[in-house]
Amino acid sequence: MTDGPPTLLAAELVRWSWIGDHADDIRDALLQHLELTGLSVLAGTLLAFPMALTAVRWPRLYAPILGFTGALFTIPSIALFILLIPFTGLQIWTALIGLTIYTLLILVRNMVEGLRGVDRDVRESAQAMGYTPARQLFQVELPLALPVIIAGLRIATVTTIGLVTVTALIGWGGLGQLFITGFTLDFTTPLVVGIVLSALLAFSADLLLVGLQRGLTPWARTRGS
Amino acid sequence: MITFESVTKRFADGTTAVHDLDLEISKGEVTILVGPSGCGKTTTLRMINRMIEATSGRIVVDGQDVRQVDPPQLRRGIGYVIQQVGLFPHRTIAQNIATVPELNGWDKRRTEARVAELLTLVGLPAEVLDRYPHQLSGGQRQRVGVARALAVDPPIMLMDEPFGAVDPIVRSRLQDEFLRLQQEVRKTIVFVTHDIDEAIKMGDRIAILQQGGVLAQYAPPDELLARPASDFVADFLGAERGLKRLALIPVSAVKAEPGPTVSPDDEGERARAVAEAFGSDWVVVVGDQRKLLGWAHVGEALERGRVGQATLRPFLLQVHADDSLRAALNAMVQSHTGVAVRVSDGDRYEGLVTQELLTREIT
Repeated sequence: MTDGPPTLLAAELVRWSWIGDHADDIRDALLQHLELTGLSVLAGTLLAFPMALTAVRWPRLYAPILGFTGALFTIPSIALFILLIPFTGLQIWTALIGLTIYTLLILVRNMVEGLRGVDRDVRESAQAMGYTPARQLFQVELPLALPVIIAGLRIATVTTIGLVTVTALIGWGGLGQLFITGFTLDFTTPLVVGIVLSALLAFSADLLLVGLQRGLTPWARTRGS
Repeated sequence: MITFESVTKRFADGTTAVHDLDLEISKGEVTILVGPSGCGKTTTLRMINRMIEATSGRIVVDGQDVRQVDPPQLRRGIGYVIQQVGLFPHRTIAQNIATVPELNGWDKRRTEARVAELLTLVGLPAEVLDRYPHQLSGGQRQRVGVARALAVDPPIMLMDEPFGAVDPIVRSRLQDEFLRLQQEVRKTIVFVTHDIDEAIKMGDRIAILQQGGVLAQYAPPDELLARPASDFVADFLGAERGLKRLALIPVSAVKAEPGPTVSPDDEGERARAVAEAFGSDWVVVVGDQRKLLGWAHVGEALERGRVGQATLRPFLLQVHADDSLRAALNAMVQSHTGVAVRVSDGDRYEGLVTQELLTREIT
């Protein structure tokens, strides 16, 4: 291992010249991956929020809402994308709708748990101070629920980054396209590039969200000190 | 002034928390709602700022039916303090205190000045302003809670067991501070507690509620202790009702007995006569300008010839006009003479407080 040519295995796994030749394709795939992830987590958040508020306001609706998003979550992803094709074709919508649906369970659940976790005394004293319900939600309850909500966002984001690759089957897929290339050419380099980049992407996105949480919840940092 | 007019609250599950309550809460006074758990005291409190809506009846605050005021608007004019304080964990102490000013749209400078003023009022150092609630002690948090409730200087304060969550020593200090503060701010305060001693200590008037939200008695503490309206009230007040009453009455309320007083120059024979008339075997020795010198045994004065030649023994515990009769009783049981000696200006003799005087006062 100390001298001589690179090992046979490494030589077979990664051919550096291919990466150099396809830098533009790789970049486009990465950007598409980012776009699909960002848009579907955003859409998921926008959809999950009213669902979570409904569940908090009318606790009886929590179980059905959770059941519904849970049922969606259990549909095998390939099946879901194929089922959507008759309605939305091979447009980006097909990918986005599918990816968004998978974020809902985690996002709704964490939003509800986060909001419910706000101390009763804090809610009551906010009410007693004269907050209107909307202002109370945005200035008291949401900020206090943020750590749990962001924890949900982190899971949803990392899961989506993995799931985006599946949409390669319907012509999208971001870094997933590299897997198809590798598979059809029977060539490992694109596969390795795809895996490494999507892992890096997941890791960076998670780090970014942790940073976001620390920035938004300064009070939580001094806890336990 | 806050008036309850036949107010009833029935919850959805059918329980009656408050039953046909009529109550008049006077301006500038501390009115205590006290009673066992389930007597509807917190419900009664919360109907005032509409955190709970009455099922029937009317609650009028300063001439206005509370139902005619938008709840958030109503609540901003009524301070509120709860046992767990309920400070906002994500906001600094300064931001917490500034809650209602901010809701009311005060400008920054006015808010900051008010926050600083309140901090001084409740006796907290300026360092705490930038801290978060969890970085403060329980007692400090309670003070912040009071400051927050006072922020826009509301005429009415609602307090739900505000000192329930701190240890007894801190509680007693907070109670004293609260009474001092109330002397200054003169708010109309409705105060919920389950602790009858706290009620007696803090209240100008006490409403005792019993199970099912029925008002058992509404009276000033002294009257309550003197004339409990029912067995329930008597039981709730506890066995030491007499002692509790004594704690409320100042020494100045009873006319002190002149007592068997002699001067050091008096002869032993005179001491004997004075003591006999009073029914004791000792005399109080008083010098020029009514300076209290102590007490002496009659036998000893007779033996020595003059009072001044007998051993003068000090009254170890003395009471002043503003001490309570309970303190006087304590002085009595700790003294050989069985009386409490009342002084003013350090050692000016004012007279004796005797057990007969106490008995006459509380019966």
